[in-house]
Amino acid sequence: MATGTNRLLGHLGDSVPRLEDPPLITGKGRFVGDINFPDQLHMRIVRSPFAHGTIKSVDTAAAKAHPGVVAVWTSDDIADIPPIDFREGSNPALALFRQYALARDKVRYVGDPVAALFAEDAYTAEDAAELVVINVNELPVLLNADDPPQDFKDGYTTEAALVEQAYGDIENTFANAFKVVELDVKIGRHTGVPLECRGAVGRYDAARDIVELHGAAKVPHRNRETLCRMLDRPASGVHLYEGHTGGGFGIRGELYPEDVLVCAAAMRLDRPVKWIEDRQEHLMAANHSRQQRHIIRAAVAEDGEVLAFDDEIYLDQGGYIRTHGTRVANMTTGTLPGPYRIPNYRAVCHFRLTNKTPAATYRSPGRYETTFVRERLMDKIAVEMDMDPVALRRRNLISLEEMPYWRDLDVLGDSVEHDPGDYAGLLDQGLARVSWDELQAELAQRRDNGELVGAGLSMFFEKSGLGPSDGAKIFVDTTGHIEVVTGGASLGQGFETAMAQICAEDLGTDYRRIRVVHGRTDRIDYGVGAHASRATVLTGSAVSKTALKVREKALEVAAELLQTPAATLDITDGVIHAKDNPTGPSVTLGDVAAALAPAAPTRGDRDPYLAAEEWFNIEHQTYPYGHHIAVVKVDRETGEVKIEKYFIAYDIGRAINPMMIEGQLVGGLAQGIGGALYEEFTYDERGEPLSVTFMDYLLPTLREIPIPEILLTEDFPSIRTPLGIKGAGEAGITGAPAAIASAIDNAIGIPGAVTQMPMTPQRLKKIMDERLG
Amino acid sequence: MIKKMDINLTVNGRSHAVSVAPRKTLADVIREDCGQTGTHLGCEHGICGACTVIVDGAPVRSCLMFGVQADGAEIRTVEGLANGNELHPMQRAFTEHHALQCGYCTPGFLMLATSVLEREPDISDDDLLDVLSSNLCRCTGYVNIIKAVRAAAAEMKEG
Repeated sequence: MATGTNRLLGHLGDSVPRLEDPPLITGKGRFVGDINFPDQLHMRIVRSPFAHGTIKSVDTAAAKAHPGVVAVWTSDDIADIPPIDFREGSNPALALFRQYALARDKVRYVGDPVAALFAEDAYTAEDAAELVVINVNELPVLLNADDPPQDFKDGYTTEAALVEQAYGDIENTFANAFKVVELDVKIGRHTGVPLECRGAVGRYDAARDIVELHGAAKVPHRNRETLCRMLDRPASGVHLYEGHTGGGFGIRGELYPEDVLVCAAAMRLDRPVKWIEDRQEHLMAANHSRQQRHIIRAAVAEDGEVLAFDDEIYLDQGGYIRTHGTRVANMTTGTLPGPYRIPNYRAVCHFRLTNKTPAATYRSPGRYETTFVRERLMDKIAVEMDMDPVALRRRNLISLEEMPYWRDLDVLGDSVEHDPGDYAGLLDQGLARVSWDELQAELAQRRDNGELVGAGLSMFFEKSGLGPSDGAKIFVDTTGHIEVVTGGASLGQGFETAMAQICAEDLGTDYRRIRVVHGRTDRIDYGVGAHASRATVLTGSAVSKTALKVREKALEVAAELLQTPAATLDITDGVIHAKDNPTGPSVTLGDVAAALAPAAPTRGDRDPYLAAEEWFNIEHQTYPYGHHIAVVKVDRETGEVKIEKYFIAYDIGRAINPMMIEGQLVGGLAQGIGGALYEEFTYDERGEPLSVTFMDYLLPTLREIPIPEILLTEDFPSIRTPLGIKGAGEAGITGAPAAIASAIDNAIGIPGAVTQMPMTPQRLKKIMDERLG
Repeated sequence: MIKKMDINLTVNGRSHAVSVAPRKTLADVIREDCGQTGTHLGCEHGICGACTVIVDGAPVRSCLMFGVQADGAEIRTVEGLANGNELHPMQRAFTEHHALQCGYCTPGFLMLATSVLEREPDISDDDLLDVLSSNLCRCTGYVNIIKAVRAAAAEMKEG
């Protein structure tokens, strides 16, 4: 046993290696592309080459005649299947704008699925798909959300919703303001782009009358509900299976047309159906995200207090409304004030359809965009008020004394109540860590010597732990091994390790003796999955509660077996012993499990098995916080931005595995840099996507990513979770574009120069050519 | 029907006599005909490097090569990196330094880094970073991949 050794058992706070790694580093992982069933068919989607048009005909005859093709479907073949519904349930106000699995009547973006072709192998399917002819009467293409809306259908326009959140008195505050500062900024269209494209394998098991969907991710239980409604089946007759998943970032795992098609085809064609997306498809078919324009103004008092924000937002939703409904608009309008007081507030979001790929959430939805907008605005206010940008921020930060700080805003059905945190205190720590004043002096010196170098700061608050509830089941077997069954999901972030560490802490065992189940609707009836930085917070809290219940039962039984009061016992590395005598009489968790077998006389009148199931309910989300600092160097000739230094400060509340948290922060930062400088979906005037390869859509390589310094603090454990945990998934990305934009302004000496992301070399060179001469 | 060709590949020391269409990529042959699914496809146009394998001692993007072009070749994939249960230093370094999250790009990085260090044990750090910048990772932000490869490079050099 471990007593007397330094071996880490993987308890809370230990940066132990991940349980997930062994199969992944040896090529033994099972991703959706690795799943095959005998006699399976391969599906290929025929996608619209037109951005907008009325479908005249879809000619499938030549494709059907191609050897090896088994069936070709158009929307007529699945007329009974309704459009894909919203993840959180029906919403009559938005229902009209949903997407069918195959386009009906109209196509609304290049990439819109029009036909599904099923063939004996994937190469044949791809060949034959080219024989399908789509005839369309082209319609005017709408490519900008800030252009006037068009007719959508039945008298409805492409402004599908107007999402508004407000409090206080906007009109009077602006009328009486010392100064009004205005800003017009754009966030580009980009998205998660996991390295594994999507995939789905549908299988109908007639022996058990069960439809199986392999390749599920993120929210398998929610998707099962939607699928059941669409296919008119009971939940017990549909099972989703999450295997290894090659990254998600919000976009993977939502219910897409292809998921519905493989399930329907598996039943109707009576053979398993496999679909693996290629990269070109992925970049025009999987959810895009982000694209917004904000026309915002701030009312400022003479001393720099920001009295009000008033924001008009144009959100480019693309062709349809997918599973998220208007959640991005809700999070955008609900989180814009960030860590500042802002006593009066109004945000109006024009949620508009265009003829581009449908959009939804990507890591830090709403916060990435609003942090850019808000921090750009704070920088501009500082310039116009002739104040130091740090001093301006300090003037407006919510103070520790005001916490928990409630404001009349809604984020995903939860009113915003910041849990306690010292925003200014962490800023002090961060500025000290980077020697901010010395850094400014050093950069000024370098600028005097002709270099275009500068630093920028962005502050943010995050939201995590979306509730309201989650549960877990734990079972200890007679060998002392433990299975934790959750309704969580893992897109690669280390969920299994995190859950095992929480369970290991509470049960006093080695985390390597714990197996964590996730993403399996056949193992647990409920689950909320992995999104909104919620998995560790919510599912982790449920696991902790359940593990403590198991512990209590184990100690109670051990007390009888050892004839020692339970209160005097402890568990170390799976062995129950007297606290004051670790090497004395003991029983193992396995012994206790055996003593609780149904027929064991030691069980008494207790429920059999060393097992438990518990629920955790959270009152509000948790709101972790931090800031980013970037130092950049700009090349005057090319417009290239090189990030010389990067710093992230973040209060996590309580770290389960600091190594994994830093991994989340750095990985998020890389994506934030991508969105700030490189990644963008562009279209020509006919709506043809121009970014459908990795030569056009530029992911950062390791040459573009700095080695950041991270200050991870545990100063303010969340008051909303028993372990004090707050989420870690999104903080690395949230502050990046704002800090980089500020640093670029500083480097080129033009305050407010950057009003658009990504700041590509072409754009930055144009700004410098026009304004630096 | 497209006429298939008979080829013989050695994958991780095991001989595979397979009959494949001439247009089938090496990646698909390795995955489907040789059953070694550890090699992953991330873009199928030679940018991401997830499909990197070692062909006759050189790192190759197996999505850009046809299976028939590898007839008679010695191929090493991620499944052949460990020696039985003993992990290769590169694999051990990846887990110790948390150089993977979802693990999808990992086989490509492992094979690229291993191959380069086998060919050029004294490669400069700057050149090593240049080589590694030819593969894409979307989860880690690369920092830990660099740490892991540097650590493994030192260990491989010591032998």
